[in-house]
Amino acid sequence: MIRFEGVTKRYADASGTDRGDGSVAVDDLTLEAPTGKITVLVGPSGCGKTTTLRMVNRMITPTSGTISIDGRDTASLDVAELRRGIGYVIQHAGLFPHRTVLDNVTTVPRLLGTDKRTARTRAMELIERVGLDPAMAKRYPAQLSGGQQQRVGVARALAADPPVMLMDEPFSAVDPVVREQLQNEFLRLQSDLGKTILFVTHDIDEAVKLGDQVAVLRVGGVLAQLDSPAKLLADPVDDFVAGFVGRDRGYRALSFAAAPELSLADEPTVSLGASADDVRAVGTPWVLCVGAAGEPLGWVRAAAVESEVTRTVLHRGGTVASTTGSLRALLDAALSSPSGRGVVADDDGRLVGTIRAAEVIPAIEARRDAVASQAPAEEATAR
Amino acid sequence: MSLATIWAWFTDPANWQGTDGVPNRVLEHLLYTGLTLLIALVVAVPLGAWVGHSGRLRWLVTGANAARAIPTLGLLFAVSMFVGPLIQSDLAFVIPSITVLVLLAIPPLLSGTYAGIDSVEPAARDAARGMGMTGWQVLTKVEAPIALPLFLSGLRSATLQVIATATIAASVSLGGLGRYLIDGLASRDYVQMVCGSILVAVLALVADGLLALLEKRAVSPGISGRATRVARSRARNSDPHSEPDPDGADRSDPDSRQAAVVGSGSTGPVEATAATGTPSERDRP
Ligand SMILES: Nc1ncnc2c1ncn2[C@@H]1O[C@H](COP(=O)(O)OP(=O)(O)OP(=O)(O)O)[C@@H](O)[C@H]1O
Ligand SMILES: [Mg+2]
Repeated sequence: MIRFEGVTKRYADASGTDRGDGSVAVDDLTLEAPTGKITVLVGPSGCGKTTTLRMVNRMITPTSGTISIDGRDTASLDVAELRRGIGYVIQHAGLFPHRTVLDNVTTVPRLLGTDKRTARTRAMELIERVGLDPAMAKRYPAQLSGGQQQRVGVARALAADPPVMLMDEPFSAVDPVVREQLQNEFLRLQSDLGKTILFVTHDIDEAVKLGDQVAVLRVGGVLAQLDSPAKLLADPVDDFVAGFVGRDRGYRALSFAAAPELSLADEPTVSLGASADDVRAVGTPWVLCVGAAGEPLGWVRAAAVESEVTRTVLHRGGTVASTTGSLRALLDAALSSPSGRGVVADDDGRLVGTIRAAEVIPAIEARRDAVASQAPAEEATAR
Repeated sequence: MSLATIWAWFTDPANWQGTDGVPNRVLEHLLYTGLTLLIALVVAVPLGAWVGHSGRLRWLVTGANAARAIPTLGLLFAVSMFVGPLIQSDLAFVIPSITVLVLLAIPPLLSGTYAGIDSVEPAARDAARGMGMTGWQVLTKVEAPIALPLFLSGLRSATLQVIATATIAASVSLGGLGRYLIDGLASRDYVQMVCGSILVAVLALVADGLLALLEKRAVSPGISGRATRVARSRARNSDPHSEPDPDGADRSDPDSRQAAVVGSGSTGPVEATAATGTPSERDRP
């Protein structure tokens, strides 16, 4: 657990004199990042996220207040030792250009005195673990793409298996597709490793996706709200947080609502290669096509099939929801389906049935009512 | 004078023996060069590293580069006149010569070291500290290896200049290959002068080749490509005086390096001629 208690950071004025109040980057911050969880710091540029993060490993010294890790005041520890015990992923990776990927990853274990062989074996495991081809271990950073470098940065921070990780916009330098990949891999990794993570981003979507809890900071380094992502979306404390959390938050909040068990309609299907007559025999304008294992492939417009169903006639606009997914995915499947019937599959990707938007809405409303009746009770127990 | 006479000079056993023989002169020359570089390194490397690391007193680097414009021989006589009366031994000549050569070697070493350390990306330095490296570890494990290629091109440039210019030591009655030039001039033995120049050029090329080899072996492949790019763009973006290292900028271009050798190699005798006050000799074939 990382604990901030009344932490303030005031930078000296540009003139260098420390009179006046200088510029306050972090203002009386009290915050707890629980063990084994991801705490995301999010906020507009210049709100003090990086400053907050770097005070934990003492790259920046707080003006006042204390920061403790598992009850030990960081100020009382040897600074090099403290840092070696904390995984640190900096923006743009910050890899060492003169070292191979492998040697970058072994940096901290080697500083800690782990022998070369052991360090390398473990580094190879990590390199694979973060989704890199082991053949890349011999490359130099200049020979990697931005996304690959960021993966190496994460592997390097993980190498000494530190219980605590500080990550400063680790996925910011890559395109949205790669970023989503990295985020998913990061979540998968974290579900295995259970590190205590302080994660900085300026992207609220990333914050909401990755955080077990999200701390929204406003300019001047004041903590505006600290809550679970769902709570943050459902109940921003003020206009600033509401504005920062952004549009579509009603819809986005559904990401955190598990899909309830709903009765799904059986959907008649055809296979690839089915004849036009087979398709028309189903009797609906849009017919679902499935693969050999029963996995949904796409919708076919009956009228558009000339001789038989081929991959080229498949409509691929519809998303597929999972039975164990969220209400948001379920609603999206229904909304994106050309037939209006949202495709639902099980965890193995096999078709289970379909559902219409009109059937998802009552589930959403039922959930809201349940949450509303629960909330006062929760508050009562909290007191 | 023909190739044959030059050949004859080099194959004459008399020229390979004794104090005045090639081996001894080369050894003396290398001694001056080595001593000069050693002193210059001790001064320039910590200073350049500190300027690059802290970003303070950058004008030192620019200032040192501007000092390259001071005429070497004039400085040598000035220093000799100043030091000579104070010391009653051979050192009265050695100290001024080495001082002047050190002053010549410092600018390229200083700017090479500075540019090298300065080329370390802040993110890499930050990551190193953040991972728990001590200041010394950051310097030796991260900054130094990244700075190495630019430092080495500074060293190459300094070595070339010192080897070429160490000929001036002879003009204050010391040894080294400069003797062939000074003595040759005095006795109008032009063959000897040409052969001396050839020896200087060969020595410079060999030293440069060895350093190039060292560079190839010591510099991480991860940065050798990048470093060239950095040096190039720096050279392009700055005026010739603040340019960290002209040889570094064109390391891949052997012609320019060769030109530098021959160019500075020939300044020795020309300056010497001018300074010994026999300008008319120069125009004769
Ligand atoms: N070394 C410094 N000296 C003076 N002021 C600083 C210094 N570092 C940061 N600041 C100021 O402190 C404030 C917070 O900076 P910080 O880097 O923590 O912001 P951030 O939230 O990480 O922003 P971004 O999202 O742009 O990275 C800013 O107003 C910044 O100008
Ligand atoms: Mg920042």
